[in-house]
Amino acid sequence: MIKPGQPPQCFSRPSVLSSLSLSNPPPSQKKDKKKMSSPILSGAKILQTLPINSNAGGSASDPPKPLSDPLLLLKSKSSLFRSSPKLRRFSSYSPCRSFSSSSSSSSAVFAVSSDVVKEEKKKPKLSTSVSDLLITKEEALELYEDMVLGRAFEDMCAQMYYRGKMFGFVHLYNGQEAVSTGFIKLLKKEDCVVSTYRDHVHALSKGVPARAVISELFGKTTGCCRGQGGSMHMFSSDHNLLGGFAFIGEGIPVATGAAFTSKYRREVLKKADYNSVTLAFFGDGTCNNGQFFECLNMAALWKLPIVFVVENNLWAIGMSHLRATSDPEIWKKGPAFGMPGVHVDGMDVLKVREVAREAISRARRGDGPTLVECETYRFRGHSLADPDELRDPAEKARYAARDPITALKKYILDKKLGTEAELKAIEKRIDEVVEDAVEFADESPLPPRSQLLENVFADPKGFGIGPDGKYRCEDPKFTEGTAHV
Amino acid sequence: MSGIVRNKISAFSVQSLQRVGPYALSLRGYSSGAKEMTVRDALNSALDEEMSADPKVFLMGEEVGEYQGAYKVSKGLLEKYGPDRVIDTPVTEAGFAGIGVGAAFYGLKPIVEFMTFNFSMQAIDHIINSAAKSNYMSAGQISVPIVFRGPNGAAAGVAAQHSQCYAAWYGSCPGLKVLAPYLADDARGLLKAVIRDPDPVVFLENELLYSESFPVSSEVLDSSFCLRIGKAKIEKEGTDVTITAYSKMVGHALKAAETLSKEGINAEVINLHSIRPLDRQTINASVRKTNRLVTVEEGFPQHGVGAEICASIVEQSFNYLDAPAERIAGADVPMPYAANLERMALPQVEDIVRATKRACYRSEPRAATA
Repeated sequence: MIKPGQPPQCFSRPSVLSSLSLSNPPPSQKKDKKKMSSPILSGAKILQTLPINSNAGGSASDPPKPLSDPLLLLKSKSSLFRSSPKLRRFSSYSPCRSFSSSSSSSSAVFAVSSDVVKEEKKKPKLSTSVSDLLITKEEALELYEDMVLGRAFEDMCAQMYYRGKMFGFVHLYNGQEAVSTGFIKLLKKEDCVVSTYRDHVHALSKGVPARAVISELFGKTTGCCRGQGGSMHMFSSDHNLLGGFAFIGEGIPVATGAAFTSKYRREVLKKADYNSVTLAFFGDGTCNNGQFFECLNMAALWKLPIVFVVENNLWAIGMSHLRATSDPEIWKKGPAFGMPGVHVDGMDVLKVREVAREAISRARRGDGPTLVECETYRFRGHSLADPDELRDPAEKARYAARDPITALKKYILDKKLGTEAELKAIEKRIDEVVEDAVEFADESPLPPRSQLLENVFADPKGFGIGPDGKYRCEDPKFTEGTAHV
Repeated sequence: MSGIVRNKISAFSVQSLQRVGPYALSLRGYSSGAKEMTVRDALNSALDEEMSADPKVFLMGEEVGEYQGAYKVSKGLLEKYGPDRVIDTPVTEAGFAGIGVGAAFYGLKPIVEFMTFNFSMQAIDHIINSAAKSNYMSAGQISVPIVFRGPNGAAAGVAAQHSQCYAAWYGSCPGLKVLAPYLADDARGLLKAVIRDPDPVVFLENELLYSESFPVSSEVLDSSFCLRIGKAKIEKEGTDVTITAYSKMVGHALKAAETLSKEGINAEVINLHSIRPLDRQTINASVRKTNRLVTVEEGFPQHGVGAEICASIVEQSFNYLDAPAERIAGADVPMPYAANLERMALPQVEDIVRATKRACYRSEPRAATA
């Protein structure tokens, strides 16, 4: 239960346009700008060690600065968020979240989201006319269905794991659905997604059938990677899901490369209508990894069409983000490399969607990359083998209260975008989809022995020449052979 | 240093001709005599031709553009193809190797140059985990037509962190193809073949070989010239002992073979070309003919290429061996800096001669083994 005047956790800010968002802090807080920048952290145990500059005057005293993104400073074109007044809700973030003592320097820095929007939205509307709504009914139900699919699927994974049908490392996405749905549902088919080991829901959102994903998890030959990849390595060339990587930070350069290809295709190969965008998903722990910075640099340097999406769930297995990072505000690292850095409440799918829309269209236009930090939380442990003992139950409870699915459901019902019955029907349908997928996977065959040596090379002549002088792959007994390839 | 190899098979005479530069390919029709080409020019011409043939091919690496290549291998390419296709990267191996892999995932054909393969250790995660394994992990959906190339092995006086040979490390990884050329036509033919190959390839060049000239026939200069990946080449036929080598050591082996022939030992020298897949068939056939084996490599001895060849012989041709196989490798120490120590740490022609005589039971005292 959210107490009025005290948003539940550390990084969130009360939304100015609360009528249009899923969380509803009381009106008094919205109008008072000073209040908006007051520290919200009192209850948050994890922030105790941080000196918080609660100087509320910061945001008021500094004049709104033009886009801090140095590349865009040169142009007078609209910035990432200038066109969208709704995003004013981010404005108070920068000054009081700065840990440096001077508020002026902090607000100069650098999230594009702060101080950019010139309009002052003093009195957010409380009316619920259709024009105020962020999404249409169809979109709302689509988002709901996608999030429910993600949740139901992951819960089924947990069940199957404990029954022994799945094995190895399985990392579940419960609680973070808003990020996946919010971003991926805005993509086109040729846009790419690169993820980490926590990739089941990214695959589902991108369109990989639940049957294919769960068969892959069971290790069956009907899986999306024929059982050869597993939980951490979901690939689908049809859906442009470029993996599934086990090493953190490994997917970021790969995503940057896919964005590079998109730009190359358009500019060098002259395919003018080619403008696919790549999304790279990764976590808070990755933001301390060298490859992340290398790619921020190169993506900004070459203005690649990529969005770097940080799913900051505050924990890297058992390592708290705050214990591991010198400056925990990840969005700030974007402007250091010359790209906008944005922070968004990752438990609110509509907010995520708005930010995503801007970032993706910015990339598609050719204006370059964006770093989006989504503050989110995983309800389960790091993996199904993680006893999850280090996280404070109070913290978990706080975030559980902000479950993105319940929040969207409430929004839909409040705004009369759908009825209870429709939502129940969606849930029921999803349950059937998931159960059907499990049945399908159960009945699917295991990979045959001959599959062991397949797909090592695109050109199987790479196995070389056998003792008889012919290519090994041409020997009919090749795949029945011993390990001596 | 003498860079001219007298190849007994070829009948070319070495003339003091103009070196064939990368843009002299149009001259190929005009002379049927032997031209000479340095390995550097051979690589340059291969890159040039493949980039002009397929617009999806691009080159990326440190100093490949404006500096014309750290070792001038990519000379002239920036001028010809522009900065969109010849890309100078920041000093970030992990980052740009990964970007290359991502570009290959999504449809381009990158050539990623490492200034030396020692620096590839910073990117080895991408070479192995994202490139080599991806076709398998995705069950064939995502192939990675990427080439990682650069100088490998010891140069002169560059000490421990710049002198390691990576053939054995990359050669053990499934999903990769690993090649190491020696002659100019190896360099040209293999590089063209690997750029066209749909799989990830590690192409190990050698810095000291870049300036060496070798005769090349007009066939080699043709733009469709390609060598087969996975096939070793018998540089010199012989009857008494088989010497296998790759890269710079082929030159040493051939010189050793010359010395030995004066002492009545007729050695067969095999230029491996391909570390992975290893051409076990050629090696085994040769050992079955000569009954003795000496493997030569520059890298560290334990778990090296020679170890794999010896194991292959034991498995497939044990009964044909008349003597234990001899393995010559670099010393089991990080490369020292002092010139005399460096010479001791690398296989020299005398070491090969000595080992071959031992294999032929012409008793020679063993050199120090680490």
